[in-house]
Amino acid sequence: MKISVRNVTKTFGNYRALDDVSLEVPDGELVALLGPSGSGKTTLLRIIAGLELPEHGNVFFDDDDAARRKPGERRVGFVFQHYALFRHMSVFENVAFGLRVRPRSTRPAEPEIRRRVHDLLGMVQLDGFAERFPSQLSGGQRQRVALARALAVEPRVLLLDEPFGALDAKVREELRQWLRRLHDEIGVTSLFVTHDQEEALDVADRVVVMDHGKIEQVGSPEEVFHSPANEFVLGFLGQVNRLEVRALRGEPMFAPRPYPDLGATAPQARIFARPHQVGLAKTQPDGPAFPAKVVRVHAAGPIVRVELASEFGEIRAEISHDRLRELELRDGVRVWVGLLEYRVYPHDGAAERLG
Amino acid sequence: MPPDAVVSRDLLALQRAAYASARTEKPWVRRTLIGLALTFVALLVLAPLAIVFLFAFEKGRDVYFAALTDPVAWSAIRLTLFTAAVCVPINTAFGVAAAWAITKFDFRGKSLLITLIDLPFAVSPVIAGLIFVLLFGLQGWLGPWLVEHGVKVIFAPAGIVLATMFVTFPFVARELVPLMQAQGAEEEQAAMMLGASGWKTFWRVTLPNVKWGLLYGVILCNARAMGEFGAVSVVSGHVRGLTNTMTLHVEILYNEYDTAGAFAVASLLTLLALVTLVLKSLIESRHLKPLKAKLAREARGDDA
Amino acid sequence: MARLGSVRNRRARVLPGFGLTLGFTLTYLGLIVLLPFAALVWKTADLSWGEFLAKVTDPRVVASYRLSFGTALVAGLVNVVFGLVVAWVLVRYRFPGRRLIDAIVDLPFALPTAVSGIALTTLYAKTGWFGSVLDRFGIQGAFSPFGITVALAFVGFPFVVRTVQPALEDLEAELEDAAASLGATRLQIFLRVLLPSVLPALLTGFALSFARALGEYGSIVFIAGNQPMKTEITPLLIIVKLEQYDYAGATAIAVSLLAASFVLLFAINLLQAWSQRHHAA
Repeated sequence: MKISVRNVTKTFGNYRALDDVSLEVPDGELVALLGPSGSGKTTLLRIIAGLELPEHGNVFFDDDDAARRKPGERRVGFVFQHYALFRHMSVFENVAFGLRVRPRSTRPAEPEIRRRVHDLLGMVQLDGFAERFPSQLSGGQRQRVALARALAVEPRVLLLDEPFGALDAKVREELRQWLRRLHDEIGVTSLFVTHDQEEALDVADRVVVMDHGKIEQVGSPEEVFHSPANEFVLGFLGQVNRLEVRALRGEPMFAPRPYPDLGATAPQARIFARPHQVGLAKTQPDGPAFPAKVVRVHAAGPIVRVELASEFGEIRAEISHDRLRELELRDGVRVWVGLLEYRVYPHDGAAERLG
Repeated sequence: MPPDAVVSRDLLALQRAAYASARTEKPWVRRTLIGLALTFVALLVLAPLAIVFLFAFEKGRDVYFAALTDPVAWSAIRLTLFTAAVCVPINTAFGVAAAWAITKFDFRGKSLLITLIDLPFAVSPVIAGLIFVLLFGLQGWLGPWLVEHGVKVIFAPAGIVLATMFVTFPFVARELVPLMQAQGAEEEQAAMMLGASGWKTFWRVTLPNVKWGLLYGVILCNARAMGEFGAVSVVSGHVRGLTNTMTLHVEILYNEYDTAGAFAVASLLTLLALVTLVLKSLIESRHLKPLKAKLAREARGDDA
Repeated sequence: MARLGSVRNRRARVLPGFGLTLGFTLTYLGLIVLLPFAALVWKTADLSWGEFLAKVTDPRVVASYRLSFGTALVAGLVNVVFGLVVAWVLVRYRFPGRRLIDAIVDLPFALPTAVSGIALTTLYAKTGWFGSVLDRFGIQGAFSPFGITVALAFVGFPFVVRTVQPALEDLEAELEDAAASLGATRLQIFLRVLLPSVLPALLTGFALSFARALGEYGSIVFIAGNQPMKTEITPLLIIVKLEQYDYAGATAIAVSLLAASFVLLFAINLLQAWSQRHHAA
């Protein structure tokens, strides 16, 4: 089932949560809605589910206008951030709920309900937990019950609101992989909301980056990470160094000093480079580079993170342990900083890929 | 062991004792406070309770049962039961509807509505009776119209029922609103997403979650409905065997110096109060306190 | 068609039943609460300002205010002291019978006021258990302001205990630990740390108990004696006026009493808002 969102606008009082948003989610994909809090991602998800109604615009499932259908008729599976499990029902009854509330004519027979619930509990690896109550489960188990409950009604679309938000780091990592495998198995079009860029990049087929009620970029994890459409996407998808410099024909003017006369008239530009794109050298390298002083070396971990101070402000670099030994970095040592790869955003906005 | 170590250990013990004494009262203070509390509760609350039963049986069991089986007493009991049987279900339905509208939706004027629902609690029972007299009485707003159509409200059971409805109006809503507020609307939304209709969502999801709070409200509402005195006293007209509730009957017997009879009927009302208290504290300690603690934990975001 | 639908749906809600439940709520509220109040306003509007003032400043009425406010005040103060002691003992100490006391505190709530009225009168009458003791000291129990105060203390007592109790329960143990570790004595901790923390709740309890006492009728009418100018409380005076078919007089007194109740209610709301802020800080 394909989801099409067309020109949706939603305001809460004076606050514009969604501003003329359009989005296509192809059939069978696992898509992440990624953005900071207040970006409108959860509102968009709830509008697709029918839990909120937009002021303008429409949502289509394939070519079926969802506005004419109530939430329960949309056949959308929705997993709430805090699961919203029915606390007075056992795990079994929670999962069976969607089948039991059907009108008698379409309600499966009791043995069929039992079979389906047990199949689903098997799928989410909670076979032995059917008689427990939500309060007796861990966060990760509750999450999986919520998922099984949503899947019990055989939804055409699965929507998940911050599915891993309330879990601790280790469980979160496991469940993430598990969700990916489950999606590959059942292939239902799925959309999940997250504020964690790592989670989105790791799990999704496609990432929708949102900010201030607008979609900033839609693309595969590689595309949004390596070719961010603008400064916001670049900044949101991981750490980045931001340098204000003069640039000439896309070349930053920070070396060699002093700037050539031309530099004074060159336009101002912002240069962005992620920490792993920053190179360090003991002596001045051939390419553009500038001096900096090591402020702190964090060597605990698989890569070494170095904080430096320069005339362009604070610089963060990531290097290997081998390179750390070669450079003999210590706090206070002076080194040269070169950018192995960087993006220049002139003041008119669009990015130029350089280096 | 070096001498300073001994000194410092003694010092530590001293500090610890001082600390402990600052964390709780000395035993004699405790005992005095407990004694004071028990004495006060005994004199103020338990003594009247004891008096009711002592005086009810003052003249023996026969007099006691005679007072209860008197036809006038019977009609008073019937009227009290009838009044409660009308008021409690209607106020319960109202409480549920009001709580649903208030907690599941946002609309303008919500806080005004909540204030208005609480209004009857702020009003003296006498005034509660008075306003119905002003509305339905002979000199009242609708009085002439009612006379024309031969309907009697004041000095009739209808007036008693209306006044009782007014004074017991907030009980159920007041209990349900905060409870349903704390539970939020997510479970209902989940049920809707799974295809449940509005009624099914209410019966299967909302009601089981609030049933103890609802029962609590119903019990308090019932106790007040059966025990109301001031408001019904104003509207009843004290017509013997017709517009006398149990509380009014108690008043009449007492004023006629039939102390044993008055306390006999009062003992039934007291039993009702005691049963109410037992149920109330059972529901509170078994169900509502754990539930509220859990909701508070969830609101703080702790995982239970 | 779809466009029309989405416009119409602009204010639609996802959960059903809004129109039904709010409609029922407002209709019922209107019929049972607002309509009778409208009758009160209607009756009041019949009076000129001068008539109204004359009725509510009649010496007999003023005497009833003095009695009602005075006894409600004293009863409220007694309840503040003993309510705090009882709440403290119930929250802090474990002793046999604690749960029974905890449950019985609510008896004045649950007991019909007519029953409490006759029971208290019997107790405090000259021949009663307590009345005879008081008589030996030259104090008249029933049929005096003393008796009225006792009855008002009885009905207001649960209000103080039930507002102070949760406040005491919610006090963080760390607060006391911190004070103790800084060298404070138990009495200092109580006066400077605990009492200020429960003060908003205590004041709220007092105001609730006071408000209830102002309007109380059933438990007082028996014990008061009901002598004009001496032991006649304001709610009783309303009934007296009604029995004399002086509807205007009854209405005027009721309006003045209601005004006092609403002022108190407003004060209680402010107190509760204050105590919540206090709690959050």
